[in-house]
Amino acid sequence: MSTPRTSTSRRGPLAGHADLDTVPHLDVDALIDAPATKIIVCTGSGGVGKTTTSAALALRAAERGRKVVVLTIDPARRLAQSMGIEKLDNTPRPVPGVNDDAGGSLDAMMLDMKRTFDEVVEGQASPEKAAQILNNPFYIALSSSFAGTQEYMAMEKLGQLHRDAERTGRWDLVVVDTPPSRSALDFLDAPERLSSFLDGRFIRILLAPAKGPARLMTAGLGVVTNALTKILGAQVLKDMSMFVSAFDTLFGGFRQRAQKTFELLQADGTAFLVVAAPEPDALREAAYFVERLEEERMPLAGLVVNRATRLNLAGVSGDQAAAAAEKLDGLAAGLLRLHADRTRVVTRESRLRQRFAAAHPQVPTTVVPALATDVHDLDGLRLVGELLAG
Amino acid sequence: MPHEPDHRPVSHPHDPATLRRVSSAEDTDWPGVRLHVVTGKGGTGKTTVAAALALALASRGKQVLLCEVEGRQGIAQLFDVPPLPYEERRIASGSAGHGEAEGGQVYALAIEPEAALLEYLAMYYRLGRAGKALDRFGVIDFATTIAPGVRDVLLTGKVYEAVHRNRRGKNQREYDAVVLDAPPTGRIAQFLNVNSELAGLAKVGPIRSQADTVMTLLRSDRTRVHLVTVLEDMPVQETADGIAQLRKDDLPVGGVVVNLVRSQDLDATQRKSILADGVDRKALESDLREAGVPVDGHVVEGLLREGREHAQRRGLEDEMRARIDTLDAPTYELPRLSEGIDLGGLYELAADLIDQGMA
Repeated sequence: MSTPRTSTSRRGPLAGHADLDTVPHLDVDALIDAPATKIIVCTGSGGVGKTTTSAALALRAAERGRKVVVLTIDPARRLAQSMGIEKLDNTPRPVPGVNDDAGGSLDAMMLDMKRTFDEVVEGQASPEKAAQILNNPFYIALSSSFAGTQEYMAMEKLGQLHRDAERTGRWDLVVVDTPPSRSALDFLDAPERLSSFLDGRFIRILLAPAKGPARLMTAGLGVVTNALTKILGAQVLKDMSMFVSAFDTLFGGFRQRAQKTFELLQADGTAFLVVAAPEPDALREAAYFVERLEEERMPLAGLVVNRATRLNLAGVSGDQAAAAAEKLDGLAAGLLRLHADRTRVVTRESRLRQRFAAAHPQVPTTVVPALATDVHDLDGLRLVGELLAG
Repeated sequence: MPHEPDHRPVSHPHDPATLRRVSSAEDTDWPGVRLHVVTGKGGTGKTTVAAALALALASRGKQVLLCEVEGRQGIAQLFDVPPLPYEERRIASGSAGHGEAEGGQVYALAIEPEAALLEYLAMYYRLGRAGKALDRFGVIDFATTIAPGVRDVLLTGKVYEAVHRNRRGKNQREYDAVVLDAPPTGRIAQFLNVNSELAGLAKVGPIRSQADTVMTLLRSDRTRVHLVTVLEDMPVQETADGIAQLRKDDLPVGGVVVNLVRSQDLDATQRKSILADGVDRKALESDLREAGVPVDGHVVEGLLREGREHAQRRGLEDEMRARIDTLDAPTYELPRLSEGIDLGGLYELAADLIDQGMA
């Protein structure tokens, strides 16, 4: 097992037996109803139901009177269809079928990572320079598959939507889903990673000739250039250097934007929801994320434990059921075995949640039971919304 | 070929009673395959399946290297060992008795692009000093960051090296099989198709020829890409998309591993009767009483409600199975272990894979 990162809220080893009843309840309705809540960011590791959670939350907020826009990253096809966002065009569109009795509205959009990046470039450079950048093979690689580009662009889009909301009054709540990265932390690090990459020593060296002073051309650089030419070929170096110098003027702008996004995430109107499944990996990621938010002084609203197994029968223990099943056959035996199995799962999930609660006793939590069917329409989202609200 | 595992009591993998099939080493679905690439959507248990496959191959007497490339340390967490360095470490032994006198070993390696690049430079260019200089100038970081194609060539290049290693190399371990815990389904074709990824960046040059060499292995009969899914809408859709993309790129699709399959405690007739609310409650109640279960109205209703949820889910699972059957790839199923995955659980899953002919 990996070593836990340090955190001020982590308690000692004796706190290992957290009582799940004392875990504060996450009041989702209070969160989405509060006018002060301007941005909700749903985060968590891949496959825990982030997209569904953000869509359900957005729908519930809208039907309770908020003017909401939800940014989804990669929704299931049928869900996207039912929300009217199967077209990847980076434009928020009204979701059909939302109940507007309370005066709210819901717009949705799906992130087009490359388009968003292109727009940033086009917005910052002259048309000529923009065209030059957009056609450079390194830009194409960077904008379509740089590890972290999707995360960075999700944050960029969040900033844009927030600015639009402030300017036009079209929305008063932005809900964002985060990309299905291997780690829940990736999107927090993405702006920093991109801007430190652009600040990197090698980039500055590549830029140096354009900037004049030859003092950066140390003896070592010759070795480096030779080695690179040997490995990559001269054309690659030429493209690289062209890309870097064309991009040069944009660097400052990028760094500034990354900084702004970071500040936006720290602002009071922002609320983070950490989404997890009751599995070791997902809860471990959730714990890291909670600690990280604390370090960055970013406002954590709480933890959503999705797809929890629920017991419908409290009176019969798992052992009892398993023992009785041995004496029977047919339907009774099957049902008892099912119950025994389910009891074991519930016990394991509670133990995992207890472990999380022991380390992070202050984190308000809501537990969403697993549904018997997949969610692919507004009614399904409404049901998830109700369950989220507890 | 959808496989319906019967209900299996929790068993110890070393218990010969649990080994339903003892067969010779070549009696598998993938006899000539040296490189097993395992991919899957997040949350489907890709790393678990890769580890189980490695254990299964080792249990068939093979020396196996299990690699990860995403810097996640998933293998270390799964086997409960300290984080893996960029160095091959023995992490487990195959269990004996699967048609082999002795189980093989599983070694593990976490491949990092930076270390792989330095190793590559040292190996092919004898760039001792220059290699270090590259690192100092941030070139390594630059190259592996800005050009994901370069990074993937390095990662797959290291895998290639492990597959092609032979005893002529000094102090080098030779493996019969390499299992790669690869990037997720959404990225797998791009990851493996290093050639086209590099196309725009390096049209000629040594890194390009390295990519071509790796591509030859990846497209050959010695490689198979297995996809892990669960029986839910999105993962199955991604699996279908992933297979289509792999086939389009001429990459060899292996099997589909359906993971986390629910227990099969109720048969089709029983499920149908529960869903139609046609269960004879009186008979059920008397059965329960007979077995010593304290029965009141809640117990019968509670059991039936759990049964109904289960039956609904199983119904969806069957729909998904039907979709998976259209994918035209051999299918393997692994059960959802109610106690979660530990080393014992991994051996159980490995035995299941052997039984179904995957290893």
